[in-house]
Amino acid sequence: MTPRDTPPGPLLDVRGLTVRTDDGRTLVDDLSFTVGGGERLGLIGESGSGKSLTTLALLGLLPDGMTATGSVELAGTQIVGAPEKRLTAVRGRDAAVVFQEPLTALDPLMRMGRQIAEPLARRTGLKGRDLRTAVTDALVRVRLPEPDRIAHAFPHEISGGQRQRVALAMALACEPSLLIADEPTTALDVSVQAEMLDLLDTLVREREMAVLFVSHDLAVVAKVTDRVLVLKDGRAVEEGPVLDVVTAPKAGYTRALVAGARKLESALDLRSPR
Amino acid sequence: MGRYLLRRLAFLLVSLALASVVLFVLLRLLPGDPANALTSVGASPEQIAAARHSIGSDRPLPEQFTHWLGQLTSGDLGTSFVSSLPVGPEVTARLNVTVPLTLAAFVLAVLVAVPVGFVAAYKRRTWYGAVLSGISQLGIAVPVFWLGMILIAVFALNAGWLPSGGFPQDGWDAPAEAVRSLVLPVVTIALVMGASLIRYVRSATLDVLGSDYLRTARALGASFPRAMWRHGLRNASVPVISILGIELASTLLGAVVVESVYALPGLGSLLATGIAQHDYPVVQGVLFVSTLAVLLIGFAADLVQRIIDPRLRGRLSGGAR
Amino acid sequence: MTLPAAPLKETEPSKETTPVSRRRRSATLLAGCSLTALIALLALVSLVWLPFDTDDTSGGRLAGPGDGHLLGTDKLGRDLLTQLMTGARIAVQAGLGSVAIAALVGVTLGVLAAFAQGWLDDTLAAFLDILIAFPTLLLAMLVVAARSATLGSAILAIGLAQSAVVARLVRILVKRVLARDYITAARTSGTSWPRTVAAHILPNIWPTLVVNLALQFGLAVLAEAGLSYLGLGAPPPNASWGRMLQEAQATFTTAPAGALAPGILLVVLVVGVNLVADGLRDTLDPATRRRRT
Repeated sequence: MTPRDTPPGPLLDVRGLTVRTDDGRTLVDDLSFTVGGGERLGLIGESGSGKSLTTLALLGLLPDGMTATGSVELAGTQIVGAPEKRLTAVRGRDAAVVFQEPLTALDPLMRMGRQIAEPLARRTGLKGRDLRTAVTDALVRVRLPEPDRIAHAFPHEISGGQRQRVALAMALACEPSLLIADEPTTALDVSVQAEMLDLLDTLVREREMAVLFVSHDLAVVAKVTDRVLVLKDGRAVEEGPVLDVVTAPKAGYTRALVAGARKLESALDLRSPR
Repeated sequence: MGRYLLRRLAFLLVSLALASVVLFVLLRLLPGDPANALTSVGASPEQIAAARHSIGSDRPLPEQFTHWLGQLTSGDLGTSFVSSLPVGPEVTARLNVTVPLTLAAFVLAVLVAVPVGFVAAYKRRTWYGAVLSGISQLGIAVPVFWLGMILIAVFALNAGWLPSGGFPQDGWDAPAEAVRSLVLPVVTIALVMGASLIRYVRSATLDVLGSDYLRTARALGASFPRAMWRHGLRNASVPVISILGIELASTLLGAVVVESVYALPGLGSLLATGIAQHDYPVVQGVLFVSTLAVLLIGFAADLVQRIIDPRLRGRLSGGAR
Repeated sequence: MTLPAAPLKETEPSKETTPVSRRRRSATLLAGCSLTALIALLALVSLVWLPFDTDDTSGGRLAGPGDGHLLGTDKLGRDLLTQLMTGARIAVQAGLGSVAIAALVGVTLGVLAAFAQGWLDDTLAAFLDILIAFPTLLLAMLVVAARSATLGSAILAIGLAQSAVVARLVRILVKRVLARDYITAARTSGTSWPRTVAAHILPNIWPTLVVNLALQFGLAVLAEAGLSYLGLGAPPPNASWGRMLQEAQATFTTAPAGALAPGILLVVLVVGVNLVADGLRDTLDPATRRRRT
């Protein structure tokens, strides 16, 4: 984490966050949690539980027709109701995001190098040759082979795993205090998922970055976080250290979740020769 | 790119050749005898036969076709059955009216439609966004000739600011008059074309506004104008350019009604009289030149799209459709 | 901590969609239906009752409202309302007839073209692209010139010209469906082509197709009016709105009613069906964002 005049209190402080649509449906309901500097929180829930909306609300990027109420303080800045100008200053610097779908998350008409250069230049102020070198470095850091080829490629010309690495490189280029990863491995092949998780884990540890990891997959969340928050229908049903939640789930919903995961595990154990 | 250009040019030539064959055959399949236009009602069979012979329509079709093709390759569009004047110079004279008319209307329509379409999308939740969409909805429903009639009534007949129709006898040798006589026709076409363009620009903008890459850019700290400038403009322009090509081509040919409202001696009115009189060389000539224009415009639109959109490389023709 | 992956549900959609609010969607449809119904009503009534005979010229030239003539008369002394009503009938006929032809020919050609591969595919695509650049009106003029200027010719002409547009759209839609997995599955399991088309392809393309046909209806009405304006539509005494406008052009300033009323009705009908198309698009196909067709 970049040393800055760290404000008192947690890096991310969410209190009573509620997201409603214009026609009155409540999608996220009175959600509260904190993420401290360097801490790694998992946000788990099934599709429609409101976890992706939560990540968007943290950056003031909710789609049209939805409004957030409550309080989201990111590095001391109130996000809810903040003017666009203040949000622009916070995004990227205090928190950056890796989205689920790497193909659509990248501009299809722009070469990778230029796409990475944009946040990089904003963060570092580099120009010209120095910027180009920094782009190559960023690609090397996410363990992309042939960084120069990738930098010249368009999104459709490289694989899904490579695209997601580029997206990760873009987010890391901002050197955020908090990395928000919204289902970063869901769209990837199973074989690539593990590698991606491993990479993310390593890079985040090296930088002592705080992480908010969003997933529907308990096993994935357990791998890269210390604490989890279980969401169902927009409400928090359980929160605690990963080990506690997995070994002694309190809420019925969490128990079902863990049981499901265990069942699959044992089924796989029986099948796979030891 | 070089190889693509060659292939695309070859494709253009083949299309043109195909189109000219289709054109020729289709016209001869139409019932009706061009000789009728040359002879008075109740002419004797001998007179009609003589008329046919004089224009060559009694010769076998393949012979007529090779004759026409031979003329074409030497840049000659043939001779009118009716007026016995060469078609080429006539078409050129008409293009001097139609091309400025179309281009000016096209430029005006684009200049209006792009900003209006963007605002209609970006501010779609405000009342003026809705009003802009409503106006374009109304605009595509207005018959172009009726709009022309209204503009004439208001600006020519009532206010007397502009001529109600016609084109100066001296053509562009009387530039001020020529321009004045084109103002209302240009506005008429531009309004109708602009209305439909607004809808395309609006929908392309909506696609961009809802796109993930725009969200990514903003999530990483780009301001909205910055993200739109870097990512939105290019992405929205791809579908709009393919529409622009089609609009330009069809306006070039579709100016016939507006030319009729304003009594302009353009390509469209030449075609209309040609069709009415079964004057094949004239119809053929106009349609051949039009097809060439359509193909060239399509070529240009494809090229621009390929430069913008790397995903299209590897495809011969067609945009992001 | 090595739990195997246990997905709760299938992959989460990357973004929660924000559909147009239901209320506005149905308002569009309702407004469109009302406007269209207004004209349809005029047309239906004209079949059983008209204020005057269509060729009754007894009214005095360019008379104002009154004397039984609700809206006045035209320059030949015919009742304006009578003409507007028959015009409504002709407009609706033109729209329905053209769209029927365009649907029949266009869908057939489009489906056939979609199965083409390689250079044939390229050529067909380019051919349709060229064809649609030629305005409907222009193609229609050719057909009308070949036959005589009647409403039937106009409908046939417009319908054929629009077939190209429909065929181009259907070709693209079908290609998109063909690329999906379940079609490959159907093919490998030995389903015949006609069955595949009926069971898998048509159900998948019809929402987009219906919306487009509604738009074509409006365009057909405008094209018929254009043809009539040029004197290539239904001959007198059938009063097409286009011909009424042409006849009233010279007297626009002295008798504006005749030059405004047909135009207003044209706009009402076309805006009506366009709104119906928009409403249908949002209702039938809420998942896809508004897309150019």
